Amino acid sequence: MESTPMSGVQPKTALAEGLDIDAMRREQARTGLADERIALEVDRLNLYYGAAQALKNISLKIAQHRVTAFIGPSGCGKSTLLRCFNRMNDLIDGCRIDGQIRLHGKNIFDRDVDVAMLRRRVGMVFQKPNPFPKSIYENVAYGMRLAGVTRKRDLDDTVEWALKGAALWDEVKDRLDDSALSLSGGQQQRLVIARAIAIQPDVILLDEPCSALDPISTLKVEELINDLKNRYTIVIVTHNMQQAARVSDYTAFMYLGDLIEYGSTDQLFTKPKQKQTEDYITGRYG
Amino acid sequence: MEPTSPSYAQQLAAGDTSTVAAYVKSGQPWIWLTAAAISVAFIITLSLLVLTASRGLPHFWPADLVQARYVQPGAPVVPLLAEIRSQEEVTAARLLDAGLPVDPERDLYERILLKIGNRDVGGVDFRYVIADWLIDRSTPADAVVFERLEWGNFHGFLDAVEVDGNLIGGDEAWAAYQKAQRRVDALRAQIREIEKRRIGAINYEIERIRLQRRRLELDGKSPETHASEFAALDARRREQDQKYEALRAELNALNREIRRDAVRVRTVDGQVRSIPLALLVHGYRPNQMNVLAKTGHFLGKIWEFVSAEPREANTEGGIFPAIFGTVLMVIIMSIVVTPFGILAALYLREYARQGAMTRAIRIAVNNLAGVPSIVFGMFGLGFFVYFIGGGIDRMFYPEAAPAPVFGTPGILWASLTLALLTLPVVIVATEEGLTRIPRSLREASLALGATKAETLWRVVLPMASPAMMTGLILAIARAAGEVAPLMLVGVVKLAPTLPIDGNFPFIHFERKFMHLGFHIYDVGFQSPNVEAARPLVYATSFLLVLVVVLLNVSAVMIRNRLRERYKALDH
Repeated sequence: MESTPMSGVQPKTALAEGLDIDAMRREQARTGLADERIALEVDRLNLYYGAAQALKNISLKIAQHRVTAFIGPSGCGKSTLLRCFNRMNDLIDGCRIDGQIRLHGKNIFDRDVDVAMLRRRVGMVFQKPNPFPKSIYENVAYGMRLAGVTRKRDLDDTVEWALKGAALWDEVKDRLDDSALSLSGGQQQRLVIARAIAIQPDVILLDEPCSALDPISTLKVEELINDLKNRYTIVIVTHNMQQAARVSDYTAFMYLGDLIEYGSTDQLFTKPKQKQTEDYITGRYG
Repeated sequence: MEPTSPSYAQQLAAGDTSTVAAYVKSGQPWIWLTAAAISVAFIITLSLLVLTASRGLPHFWPADLVQARYVQPGAPVVPLLAEIRSQEEVTAARLLDAGLPVDPERDLYERILLKIGNRDVGGVDFRYVIADWLIDRSTPADAVVFERLEWGNFHGFLDAVEVDGNLIGGDEAWAAYQKAQRRVDALRAQIREIEKRRIGAINYEIERIRLQRRRLELDGKSPETHASEFAALDARRREQDQKYEALRAELNALNREIRRDAVRVRTVDGQVRSIPLALLVHGYRPNQMNVLAKTGHFLGKIWEFVSAEPREANTEGGIFPAIFGTVLMVIIMSIVVTPFGILAALYLREYARQGAMTRAIRIAVNNLAGVPSIVFGMFGLGFFVYFIGGGIDRMFYPEAAPAPVFGTPGILWASLTLALLTLPVVIVATEEGLTRIPRSLREASLALGATKAETLWRVVLPMASPAMMTGLILAIARAAGEVAPLMLVGVVKLAPTLPIDGNFPFIHFERKFMHLGFHIYDVGFQSPNVEAARPLVYATSFLLVLVVVLLNVSAVMIRNRLRERYKALDH
């Protein structure tokens, strides 16, 4: 068990080590969404690319400080749905949305919503690590500089805090001025996560964060997700069902733009209610 | 597992490679073709440099002075003292046509081009002779070449030097000459300093006072109503006049000094002359110089070529004003075209809605690159010089009328015209660079709460900067070699002043300037002295190529540093 103290992220205490905290949380989660505080609420969301409909009347609630996974075969719309939460789809020509997504009660598609401010509250990590061709330090400080933080002390502190939060500090603390591109793929992905948490968002969206990583890096990122959910609401899209089962509290299965089934992860993987879900998780199609 | 069967092994072995089809399939001809293309390109570039250098640079080498008698049948014997410039084989028929009494039975004659100097004596300073008739050749040690401010070089012998009324002859003459020459050089530098800089500054100031006075009059003021203002101007004018008088007196004294000494020289055919030292630039005895001394002289001449001003209708002296004008024009052009092109490309690529309109604009931009440059020159003359420049004159310089200030060709208009000419290159290269920035990086920035403008400034533009530098490099390469449009918008044969000098505001955008490309044209086609001009044409071409290479190399170095810094991601 790693014992480096992580400021900002709750350390696992000695007491906690004796107990299977995750199992307890699962137990807690099994009580269902009804008892959770809701961070994001999707309400009858439809999305069209030109004439083609990519999301069909999706409604679901995402619990605060929990990990929610979206699974489903390629092209089912899970990434598209994820990119709705920080309005990344705005960048795509011919993309049209109706319905609502409420972040703590506020519809993010309202006219008075400042998209830049929304994206500061809803951070995102992409499929492939995409650090800027700048130094490690500048990558993490990027969001803060945008927010207008200029004091060196503040920047230094936050960069350190974010890198510790992303479990990367020990590996890079001696070479913060090196190019971020000199890091390995797994380190780059954790750097990108540090960059996202440096601006202290409420929600972190992870779009297949491990699909370009080797198994050891994947393991590190998964551990990280587990640590981060104490402070952040996490939504993750993954192709890897074992990963969804390992890291998430709730899972949504999507197929061809429809939300087929949504529930606690244990329930969805052990007792799926829908035939399609069962076929998919048992590998009969996908 | 089956053991590999013999037939399988045979299939794997290389088949018959002797057929043409197999040879083509192997890709060998393709490799040869590509290699040949790059070799030809490389060889042509190299031979361009070698040719211009080999034809131009020997001009600066102090060749031996050959004394000989020229015995042309049926003509009087002519003694010659000359440098051998080149030798060539000529058919007898051509020489017969030229009226020379050659033997028609012989096929070829060797013909020599001699630089005989002494244009003031014989009227020409180059002469073709038939090698066979040039007899009794020798290289006398005391033969002298004097470079003069007028009439080209003098070839002959130094008899005596007249220093402050005393005649020094014999063995001390050469040492006395060199001492006197150093004195004259120092005096000439002083005179130049006074004439060019100090009197130049006074003239500039007097002109400004005149314009200020005229401005007051145009504003409806007169010496009666605004006595104090006019009095102040008059006082400044008087002050400048006094300064001028003082300098004038100093200059007269110096001019008397510089005219004090002279050399007594004798031509090879025995004419004795006296040349004032004030007219001499250099004197040297090539036949006494060893290789080291000659190399020193050679390098000195090359330095003079790149650092001095032209003399004698551009056939002597240096080409510094042309180098300066070329480089300054390219720099001003770069300062204008880079931001302009980048902004245009940014809008076209990042903000404009992609569709029929942007496609049409892109086609128009590309077509702009194909418009002949002289057309840009016409546009520059009509739009920049007459319309904009004329407008500026009417609005800001009414006091200078009828003399134009900006309403006449000048370095600013030339730079702007070339900026327009090279704009498509910068736009296309920048757009290319912008498209190549991975979408994932833009998304990363946007996902961190950056606006589109912030993303452009902080991520996209820095990463696209190497591409912008590529555009600038291509623009420089095109602009530095352009001549045709410049003739309409600002280049002149001889500019009396540089566009940058010590007079406020130090850089004078309205001034006309000299340019290497135009200088080549001028020396090559407009020169009265063809033989003297020819090596200068090559030397100037060589220098122009060097300047372009230098400008390009510096831009390439900047680009490589940027590339290193913003190394693109490999996905």
